[in-house]
Amino acid sequence: MAIAGRLDTNAAVDFGKAIEETLVDGVTAFTLDMADCAYVASSGLRVILNAQKKMNSLQGTMVLKNVVSDVMEVFEMTGFSDILTFE
Amino acid sequence: MEEIERSIEVEATLEQLDYVMGLLEETLEEAGCPMKNSMLIAVSVEELYVNVVSYAYTPNIGNCKIRVHAECEEEHGSVRIELRDKGIPFNPWLREDPDTTLSAEERQIGGLGIFMTKKNMDRYDYQYADGENIVTIEKDW
Repeated sequence: MAIAGRLDTNAAVDFGKAIEETLVDGVTAFTLDMADCAYVASSGLRVILNAQKKMNSLQGTMVLKNVVSDVMEVFEMTGFSDILTFE
Repeated sequence: MEEIERSIEVEATLEQLDYVMGLLEETLEEAGCPMKNSMLIAVSVEELYVNVVSYAYTPNIGNCKIRVHAECEEEHGSVRIELRDKGIPFNPWLREDPDTTLSAEERQIGGLGIFMTKKNMDRYDYQYADGENIVTIEKDW
């Protein structure tokens, strides 16, 4: 899956639904390409955290790809960089 | 020194989020705020605005006033953003910081936005006066 544009509070609602529909039983690997996402609000972080939890419960892996530096800084300051996997 | 000031009053709903953020980002750009700071300021303002939308008037709807004041001189500048609402008195800064060292399973979902805002802004304040919550943040560059 790839996200482009702003992951703000409004976009996080749709993103959450997409995650819920995508991460179903049998999914063992999930990759999220964030190359074109330069903005993540806390509501977006929540969805990403929920996705990670879901993949943990499915005993699968989740990888965030091509995260831009400003967004990476948000992951770092919130400690999310410790619980997520980047490539 | 150049000064830029913008004020708007909107119905505090998520439908107005784009409009609020547009005004903010336009002002920051005009003031020459670096992209990186601009994003962190925007994340903070979104958080504070969404707080007003979610809690200030529940279950009713009320207004939120937003004032953006920027000052700039060559490559340096600062911005002060003020949000006012007439909802229930609420100081967002008193919210307990989330533990950012826990595992994914133990992470709390709330409080992250306010935590980021406190970390990223140079100054933050809250006052309750004349029936209004007045929340301000300031950032220098």
